Amino acid sequence: MAVKLPTVGDRTPTDQDVTTYTVDDKSVEIVSDSGEGAQKCGQIFGAVSAKMGNGVWTVEIIPAEVEPPPRNPAGASGIRVRLGSEPVTNWGDETNLVIAFNEQALLGRHRLNALADDATILIENMWATHPDPEIRDQWSAAMEELSEKDYRIVEVPMEDACLDVVDNPRRGKNMFVLGMLAWIYDRDLELCRAQIADAFRKKSPEVTERSHRLLESGYRWAGEHLDFRYRIPTMESKREMVVMNGNEAIALGAVAAGLELAAMYPITPATSVSHMLGDVFERFGGVVHQAEDEIAAAGVSIGASYSGKCAFTITSGPGMALKTEFLGLAIMTEIPLVVVDVQRGGPSTGLPTKVEQSDLLAAIFGQPGDAPHVVVAPATIEECFHVMTTARRIAEVLRTVVIVLSDANLATGVAPYPRPLLSAEWQSTPPDQRPIPEGQRPYDWDPDTGISRRFIPGQLGGEHTVTGLAHDERSKVAYDSAVNVRASTMRSRKLAAFQSTLRPPPVNGDEHGDLLVVGWGSTKGAIEEAVERARREGLAVSSLHLTFLSPLPPGLKEIFSHFTKVMTVEINYSDELGDPFITEQNRRRGQLSWLLRGATLVDVDCWTRVLGEPLRPGKILGAIRDNLPKGGSA
Amino acid sequence: MSGESCGLLHAARDDDRVFDRVDYEGPVARWCSGCGDHSVLSAAQRLLAEKQLAPENTVFVSGIGCSSRFPHYMKTYGFHGIHGRALTIATGVKLTRPELDVFVVMGDGDCISIGAGHWVHAVRYNVDMVALLLDNEIYGLTKKQTSPTTPQGYKSNTQPRGSYLPAMNPLEATLGITNASFVAQTAEWIPAHLFATLKAAYEHSGFAFVRILQRCPHFTADIFGEAAKQPDRVEILEGPGGIRVEALDAIYKNKVEHDSSDLAHARALAQDMTAIRLGIFFEDESRPRYEETRSIPQHSAHEKMELLEKEFERYAV
Repeated sequence: MAVKLPTVGDRTPTDQDVTTYTVDDKSVEIVSDSGEGAQKCGQIFGAVSAKMGNGVWTVEIIPAEVEPPPRNPAGASGIRVRLGSEPVTNWGDETNLVIAFNEQALLGRHRLNALADDATILIENMWATHPDPEIRDQWSAAMEELSEKDYRIVEVPMEDACLDVVDNPRRGKNMFVLGMLAWIYDRDLELCRAQIADAFRKKSPEVTERSHRLLESGYRWAGEHLDFRYRIPTMESKREMVVMNGNEAIALGAVAAGLELAAMYPITPATSVSHMLGDVFERFGGVVHQAEDEIAAAGVSIGASYSGKCAFTITSGPGMALKTEFLGLAIMTEIPLVVVDVQRGGPSTGLPTKVEQSDLLAAIFGQPGDAPHVVVAPATIEECFHVMTTARRIAEVLRTVVIVLSDANLATGVAPYPRPLLSAEWQSTPPDQRPIPEGQRPYDWDPDTGISRRFIPGQLGGEHTVTGLAHDERSKVAYDSAVNVRASTMRSRKLAAFQSTLRPPPVNGDEHGDLLVVGWGSTKGAIEEAVERARREGLAVSSLHLTFLSPLPPGLKEIFSHFTKVMTVEINYSDELGDPFITEQNRRRGQLSWLLRGATLVDVDCWTRVLGEPLRPGKILGAIRDNLPKGGSA
Repeated sequence: MSGESCGLLHAARDDDRVFDRVDYEGPVARWCSGCGDHSVLSAAQRLLAEKQLAPENTVFVSGIGCSSRFPHYMKTYGFHGIHGRALTIATGVKLTRPELDVFVVMGDGDCISIGAGHWVHAVRYNVDMVALLLDNEIYGLTKKQTSPTTPQGYKSNTQPRGSYLPAMNPLEATLGITNASFVAQTAEWIPAHLFATLKAAYEHSGFAFVRILQRCPHFTADIFGEAAKQPDRVEILEGPGGIRVEALDAIYKNKVEHDSSDLAHARALAQDMTAIRLGIFFEDESRPRYEETRSIPQHSAHEKMELLEKEFERYAV
């Protein structure tokens, strides 16, 4: 089972001992108990790889607890890093290389079919000879279970090796692993050292120094004992690149957009945006207000927007539910507001650390009453940065709420993107304090667009009371039908006017074919990779990705008409035809599919999964093959 | 509140205006006749005139309920929000525009029930504003339901056999919140005391919480309606740091000696809900104010972009 190591002792392996595989796409998972630093290790490895010119995508595997019981398959914590010669847009399929800190965490991944059948596994082997017989039995049972697959298992005495450098190997094993990875993938050690120093910049210099020694120790050990290396050719990038996760991109995007107040309440997986903002925002003249609850976070941001520049709040599904009444108020009073919803699995507390796209319909329709507003979804980490300026501008021009739907996949995914060419024009202008000319009213709706000029406190002659009650152009409470019809129409017309400025989304692939796959948000990379592979197989498949969900862009019905079948791909629940009681009529469909059916009257099918993980391109490819209409070109 | 702050935003205005009470008067209030809200509205307008507050730099924020219509009847900026959440909106206003004068008007259901969480935290934030709790001990707008301050045994449409539990004591509770800096109680049927209390609250630097005992002629006429006819039931707090209204001496003879810096004595006085004790229970201007700790450096758009470029260096590949 365990592979006999090709070299022993201090002998440096010769070229004959080591096989270097040249590949253009390779993923590695590092799995451990919580708190052992697998994620930190993977993040540094990913950043170094990006800096060396590889395409990179990392996804964190996070248990919901801070410190779940150790050595437990359900508590596996870790990270997947996918490297490529070209830009990588998603986490890929099954992983080919795993570094496991214990066999139970590994089992967790094995049971989720996260590993390729022929994956190579480097595993800490101290458990095999552990003094506790129960642990030794668990190890044996795990090895038995793992032998179902054709894994190549290499035992590594990580803890023993670390003891040469540190007293407590549990803290620092991750840097030893980083050293092994650096050897396997031939990473630049100087870059690794610099990245470690940056990662631990807030800790004492001893931490960095110790980590450097562990890095070197892991590198040396791998060189002395392993018989395989991977070479992933790099592409020369003409553009300068930056590498970060989606939440960091949202935080920097908020700064670039000129947003100056973020009100929030801690919630996974949105919170790291506020960590980031808490670190940098105030140096830019911004305030991060940690409110007493989700509702207060909405209220404070609305109060801030009301009296000056557009503010924003950031949350996830359960927080969105709590903010609902306030969103209605902002829409009714026409106060600009940006709301970032980093989606997780639901309903209720659901899967706090895992990805889903199930807030879509709630984001669009979730406010009681008719509450027209804009919903926009970034599909990449780069878009997470730019969407904030877009959202802020739309919110201010339309005087309404703009909901930005990100998700856990983007939040923790790390990938390089072209460094933005910053422009001061992205910033909002200072609040207009000029007096209001006589005769102007706080809701002088332009009958064509529904847009009116906002008065803010401090403007002489603009004194009025905004209210969530039905009101007329003067903001006077009005219960009569004519005013209510007019005001409802004007609020809705803003969306129609805005929609007229959108272009039909581009089709990825031919504009005619057998099957059109439609997606939105973070699934773009996986869908397009699957479609590309399907097209290489000769299948007449294309895809379409939606950035605006409310209002929907024009031209969808026309685009759909050129395909025999249209199908959404979503990280959402849907009933399967063929399951008990399920018929075409009562089938509960994927959320995007509901939306598109209603908007286009096209019979849009769906393929959805709620696995608590990002979609794998290989699985989407399978769905494409299965769903090609009969008699298609394939 | 420190009314003398004058931000750059309105420094350019040539301001020799003189304001009279009518300059703050909006449309005629639609409250019932005999409602205590009228009295508070009148006192607020008088305060703004006395302090010569520019209407465009004054914001009244409210929640939902009878008293929350208040901003509509002022000729200033106003925000009639949602039930229980006025304090959150007001906090947002002050965080971004500390130079504005902000008043919050809440009812007992608004502040003590649905908005209780925000009340507790607003007291602790100690953001510079005046918060008025207009407490008639009943839900009025929705037609007589028990509120947290409804006296035990008092009958309502939701608790027709009488309120089951002892009434919440807003003064005692507020005095128990960490970082409370100003807690006072007054009564709308004693306009001179009401005005003096609002004035002291406005002059306080920090979060000034004022509970205003208030008649509801429709639903709790027998609570404060009766009390208003019995000056003997009222005890006026007097002493260091307190307010002194000589004109009331002839009618309100019961006095309680109290130093408003004495928190323990304030709590002891607040505990007894049978006595109607009016005055400043506690004041301490040395308490930290949240918006001061959050004062932010101002940068031009270009400066911010330069800072952002530096930030991107950390992420550069």
